[in-house]
Amino acid sequence: MTQRITVRVNGIPETAEVAPDRTLLTFLREDLDLTGAKEGCNEGECGACVVLVDRKPINACLMLAVEADGREVVTIEGLAKDGVLHPLQRKFLEHQALQCGFCTPGMILTTLGLLAENPSPSEGEVRRALSGNLCRCTGYRQILDAVQDAAAELRGTGKGAAR
Amino acid sequence: MNVRPLEFRTARSTAEATALWAEVPDAYYLAGGTDLLIQMRLGRRSPARLIDLKRIPGLSAIEVRGDGALSIGACVPLGVIAAHPEVRARYPLLAECCLAVGSYPVRNRATMAGNVCNASPAADTAAALLALEAAVEASGPNGDVVLPLAGFFQGPGKTVLPAGALVTALVLPAKAAGCRGSFHRLSRRRGVDLATLGVLVGRHAAGGAGAHRVVLTAVAPTPLRVPAAEALLDRQGAAAAAQAAEAARAACKPIDDVRGTAQYRREMVGVLVARAAAALG
Repeated sequence: MTQRITVRVNGIPETAEVAPDRTLLTFLREDLDLTGAKEGCNEGECGACVVLVDRKPINACLMLAVEADGREVVTIEGLAKDGVLHPLQRKFLEHQALQCGFCTPGMILTTLGLLAENPSPSEGEVRRALSGNLCRCTGYRQILDAVQDAAAELRGTGKGAAR
Repeated sequence: MNVRPLEFRTARSTAEATALWAEVPDAYYLAGGTDLLIQMRLGRRSPARLIDLKRIPGLSAIEVRGDGALSIGACVPLGVIAAHPEVRARYPLLAECCLAVGSYPVRNRATMAGNVCNASPAADTAAALLALEAAVEASGPNGDVVLPLAGFFQGPGKTVLPAGALVTALVLPAKAAGCRGSFHRLSRRRGVDLATLGVLVGRHAAGGAGAHRVVLTAVAPTPLRVPAAEALLDRQGAAAAAQAAEAARAACKPIDDVRGTAQYRREMVGVLVARAAAALG
């Protein structure tokens, strides 16, 4: 028993037949081959699966694909335009805010949600917003620096974080 | 993920939702899903049908009613509640408790109605909702009901919500506006983890008899209000912080679990009630 859904993913309308118990995460990874969102804990603790749904960061492991019907999803694959990284992606590279990279898509999309709501977050606000995104490599310092640097650049360009 | 074939239905009205529930055994209402999906994955619940409530008009609204009460729709995510100007201005303790749940991405999905219906002894929003004497509004096969949150919880995972009823809103009375204080929460790590214990101490601006609130979480089978501690604070204010702490220690019934021992929880209830009461000034 499947159900037909239409989801706009990174700007492209995708229509698919999905089982009702398929998570958005599995749908993105296995049906659309968008493997940027990662399956870590599968219970909303680690943040590796975070994507934007209608511009809000959510854990894709805790949402069913059928719930995304008619919604707009942005994954890490949707950020670079014409081969040019989003400023936040570039700042993560410049600050070496990643090592293995497993947590990075979730970190970046959670941060984009934060910066859309609050373009000038304090370090405490960044720490609280990212408390549901675990990194086992960096020790977080570089991530916090990358976020602040990117926030400053995005404020400067006046473009804001939202895409 | 589910252990048996699952059907997903989208309700467009509460009447349609309760009718869909009555059609098949093992139907479940779905709001944010941040607890239910995990329970399905663990095999603790295996619904035959999920009834999504999020597209029912009105369940995603926060509104001030004619009598000044604030109604928070069952499908409003916790992040939206915590950021709402009416909540922040009139019920700051509720905003604080909403922000204690999960993480920022979880709060973009998880709902307060879900937190209440899940009926965890550690439910963070229950601390504020009990202190503010909130009411649960529900629609069921036998009509609409209004249930005070006091008495709503019967034990871990158990509530007095009638079978087949769905919560439509949580309502904060106008008279509870302006209750201030603090929510102290211990967990193994500061973000995301469930509470090892929680303590809320609040006071209504008017003062006098009935002004104080002391609520404990994760130290009894249900979130727990402690009238004896409240009465002590009503009479003597912060000067009674130590006695209020002792009353709270006596009232709680903690257990040993992976997050802490009963002894640790009881000790910390005392420490945190004293601290929160002293902070009232």
